[in-house]
Amino acid sequence: MSGAVLKQQQWWAHAALVIAAFSLLALMIGLAVSIGEISIPLATTAKAVSNRLFGSVFELSRIHQGIIWDYRLSRALVAASAGASLALSGAVLQALLRNPLAEPYVLGVSAGASTGAVCVMLLGFGYGVLSLSGGAFIGAVVAFLLVAFLAAGAGGSSERIILCGVAGSQLFNAVTSYIVTTSANAEQARGVMFWLLGSLSGVRWPDVYLVVPVTMFGFAVSLFHVRSLDAFVFGTDAAASLGIAVRRVQVVLLGTTALMTATVVSMVGAIGFVGLVIPHAARFLVGARHDRLLPATMFGGGIFLIGADIISRIIIPQQVLPIGVVTALFGTPAFAVILYRARRTA
Amino acid sequence: MSIRLEDVSFAAGNSLIVNGVSLTVQTGKVLGLLGPNGSGKSSLLRLICRLRKVRSGIIRLGESDVTTLARSDLARRIAFVEQQATTETQLTARDVVRLGRTPHRGVLSPLGVKDDAAVDEALSRVGMEGRATQLWQTLSGGERQRVHIARALAQSPAELLLDEPTNHLDIQHQLEILGLISRLGVTCVIALHDLNLAAMFCDQLAVLQQGSVVAIGTPQHVLTRDLIGDVFGVQAHVETSPIHGRCNIQYIIA
Repeated sequence: MSGAVLKQQQWWAHAALVIAAFSLLALMIGLAVSIGEISIPLATTAKAVSNRLFGSVFELSRIHQGIIWDYRLSRALVAASAGASLALSGAVLQALLRNPLAEPYVLGVSAGASTGAVCVMLLGFGYGVLSLSGGAFIGAVVAFLLVAFLAAGAGGSSERIILCGVAGSQLFNAVTSYIVTTSANAEQARGVMFWLLGSLSGVRWPDVYLVVPVTMFGFAVSLFHVRSLDAFVFGTDAAASLGIAVRRVQVVLLGTTALMTATVVSMVGAIGFVGLVIPHAARFLVGARHDRLLPATMFGGGIFLIGADIISRIIIPQQVLPIGVVTALFGTPAFAVILYRARRTA
Repeated sequence: MSIRLEDVSFAAGNSLIVNGVSLTVQTGKVLGLLGPNGSGKSSLLRLICRLRKVRSGIIRLGESDVTTLARSDLARRIAFVEQQATTETQLTARDVVRLGRTPHRGVLSPLGVKDDAAVDEALSRVGMEGRATQLWQTLSGGERQRVHIARALAQSPAELLLDEPTNHLDIQHQLEILGLISRLGVTCVIALHDLNLAAMFCDQLAVLQQGSVVAIGTPQHVLTRDLIGDVFGVQAHVETSPIHGRCNIQYIIA
């Protein structure tokens, strides 16, 4: 009986946490919309959103309405989804490959995306048919398939998969550098670099309509596999002896993380650090069980990347920093603190 | 009949690792697998719970051929304790034992009252109920092994396979772990290195040499001076212990 009461209390505690996380995410989105070169009060933001979604007729300046709806809100939603997708991919890969250094880019996906984008931008592959992000997406998928093929040929153990990812990344980075060095003028090279470090500048509503469903899909698939992810903790044989169809789970989850990463990278470039660090931070806060870890990682990644985007826009007046620079510059010290505290409590 | 192997062979690449093994284990009995390093003990255990695919032959659990069972059905029936499986992840002993309920749970269903009861029972059967909330990293080698056995018991298996469960443990923990296993009343197959411990705790022994069974039967029947000389290449003196009445082997250094 007391067990049942305890379970119900736990359930309420979890519900409260989820509501708190949603509120924090909404607040961060509100802040991201309000803060910028033209600062807009939160109340105005709420009115603008209500005008669009619920057909209310608050009096607002058209400039405000335009900035809120067409630029900042779409940007904040893409930031939230991109952060969530990258962090979720990191958490899944770390469990699947049993390696704390595993992260989305270890699959070679971001290197391939860069090569794809550069091919379109500088060499004019598929010009007029393929957009930059289309090229990036194809590059990401090609790189993932190459790494998966190499890894399968090498026996498919987790160390091999990571080694193949590293090898694939090096190859695609070399190809990108080769193309940039031989084909780009100074301005193009600058544009490429900005994209390689990640940028949310170009995102609009169509991006939101793609990245939000992909993130939700990725979260649903991962959530469906929480038991399997838990079971991988002692390795693939241990997972198999607990009744997990190891090969199928690996294929499904690697494919899902590749899809999420390719979508994000093709939209906003290579934003490092989120996929590596947010899952570790979340593990420190809520523990290693994936039924808690995955939601915590998703919210954490979303909130972190919105915060990083706000900082990238306001820290230098009149200029927007590449978001990858901000995630690393602000994330690394935060991560060092977490590691240090974890060491003391362990 | 709990486990029956009929002419089972297994190869990795071109090298034959298990070669035509046939044996049976009666329900509730403990079978010890003996043999030098590389004789195929670990591979045989992995074949029985289908972590590896046989090249030829049939393995039956009860009446069913293991190849016809779904992965999760198999995991509800048979549990496997690997050699020294460890992790860097921060989990409590209870979290690890809870993993044993994986094959009994739906995709999203939370841990039910029945699962909780099975976890509690498994922890207390290995005497770890007082350490349930302790982190894996803080447990000693013997405690980790007991937690792994509890995890296997939480699967509520009819058969339990253990790969050198006493490796790297001090003698007190070796005796404790094997005593625990022999009292479980579950059909067990254990790969072991120590002949004296095998004689003390196993009902039956099977000796493997280069993938083939060279002797099978009760410890008294199997552990003879000639067999130990042939298989392990050491001279031994075998007698019946006046203390526990089982075989006692003393090694002679030439």
